[in-house]
Amino acid sequence: MKPGLFSKFNTAGAWVLLLFLVTPALIAIPVSLTPKRFLSMPNGEYSLRHFEKLFTSEEWLSSFFQSGVIALSCSALATLLGTLCAIGLWRVSSKYSELVRAFLLLPLIIPQIISAMAFYRLWIPLGLLDSYAGLILAHTILAAPLVLITVSASLASFDPKLEQASKNLGASNWTTLRRVILPQVKPGIFAGALFAFILSWDEIVVTLFISKYSVYTLPRRMWNGIRENTDPTVASAAVVLIAITLIAFAVSAILSRRNARAQAE
Amino acid sequence: MHALTRHIHPGWLIIAPLFLLVVTLYLGPILNILWLSFTDPEPGLGNYAKLGQEGAQLRIVWTTVRICIITTIFSVVLGYSIAYAMVHAHRQQKSYMLTLLLVSFWISILVRTFAWLMLLGRKGLVNVTLEDIGLIAEPITFMRNELGVLIGMVHYMIPYAVLPLLVSMQSIDQRVMNASRNLGASGTQTFWRIYLPLTTPGLVAATLLVFILSLGFYVTPAVLGGGKVLMVAEYISVQLLVTLKWGTAAMLAAIMLMGVLAMLWIMSRFMKLSTVFGGATR
Repeated sequence: MKPGLFSKFNTAGAWVLLLFLVTPALIAIPVSLTPKRFLSMPNGEYSLRHFEKLFTSEEWLSSFFQSGVIALSCSALATLLGTLCAIGLWRVSSKYSELVRAFLLLPLIIPQIISAMAFYRLWIPLGLLDSYAGLILAHTILAAPLVLITVSASLASFDPKLEQASKNLGASNWTTLRRVILPQVKPGIFAGALFAFILSWDEIVVTLFISKYSVYTLPRRMWNGIRENTDPTVASAAVVLIAITLIAFAVSAILSRRNARAQAE
Repeated sequence: MHALTRHIHPGWLIIAPLFLLVVTLYLGPILNILWLSFTDPEPGLGNYAKLGQEGAQLRIVWTTVRICIITTIFSVVLGYSIAYAMVHAHRQQKSYMLTLLLVSFWISILVRTFAWLMLLGRKGLVNVTLEDIGLIAEPITFMRNELGVLIGMVHYMIPYAVLPLLVSMQSIDQRVMNASRNLGASGTQTFWRIYLPLTTPGLVAATLLVFILSLGFYVTPAVLGGGKVLMVAEYISVQLLVTLKWGTAAMLAAIMLMGVLAMLWIMSRFMKLSTVFGGATR
């Protein structure tokens, strides 16, 4: 069927919309290059002073570091728990396990503000407010469903008979898990770990509630900068974040292409 | 012990850690909040009664629902256009479109909010440009009003609308469309009477997903609304962190939660929830 006039018109519109989705963020680049001390567009002159400030400021650097530590720990913990859980659910595969799966996806769909409230409520008596442990635990609970989804997706195409075959050939449960199941779900685990990292790295709503002084993540500092709305350092931080996003995206695209090729072979 | 393990599948052992963690550290406090909405500051339905009496609270709920409905309509319609173009594009073009969509999906919400702040302000790039080319004499007020909040929210939600629509459109058998054309229907007729109804599950999923996500949206309304447009999420945070009224906050959270669960239930009538979340169906 030949594409009609309407279809062509729609495709043009879709391209405009897609560019509308991506381009606004790019304004951070000129703003970060302004030579002035306040947020403004550069007027013919450019300066890197705000990047210099970003990378020499103790506050910003410690925020980068803290966010990195929290996101890596969250990613590791969520990947471990989520992968085990996905394999367990796949093995059990009953009416009850599907209920449990639906229940475990709730943290993903329940509004963040309610999650924030819940963690805040419980972290007060547990003494976890404003601590690494508190943030890592909260982010892990929010991120584990992502790992559950990606690993389950890898398992969906996995023939359970292979597991049976491995056991019949004398492999123990542990060996079967390590040598047969895990290699199969590796792409799901990597994707899940990456998603979990990004979720934690970018999380602000829950973080606003359960952190205060001693833990000050990067989104928290960005949030502050945005609210104060004066210091251009926040623009240079935004540029760094965009760069990190693009790199992470490229890495994941290459990985998934390699996996697709491996599966095709 | 042996009798027990015989009846319980060993798979549950590795499900347990995450399950217990979520039950104790997540479900527990959420139930506690629901309980609080009936007990704080005093037992009874006082918090809920106040919602009916106090105009301010009711207005906030209404503002939230209205903004969410408008956001949902725009996001789903625009998302439909993108998904339609993607499904009908050539392979190379489609992969470029998907890249743009996913990149926008991945850009930090804070970066995007910051960008809107720079673009939409009185002296923002949009106003300056429009003034320079002489389209407007006075700067348009984009911020601290619902217009700004809507721009920011629709921008954030469009990718969430596209993904379920894309899944639904990709599963349509193109031959049905050809059959309709061969039987003499025009392109427009085919679209409205065949294509659109076939994408209903995707439309329902996209609509509810965007609506649910908009309901609890905090960052963009708080910044672009600039205190002038108060939505439930921001009101809850003020109740908790400033005025320390747990009961009121809990009541609003309970209502929001019930709304979300009700919508999930409706959604589950139209399609398997796990497919919406890209999960496993075996």
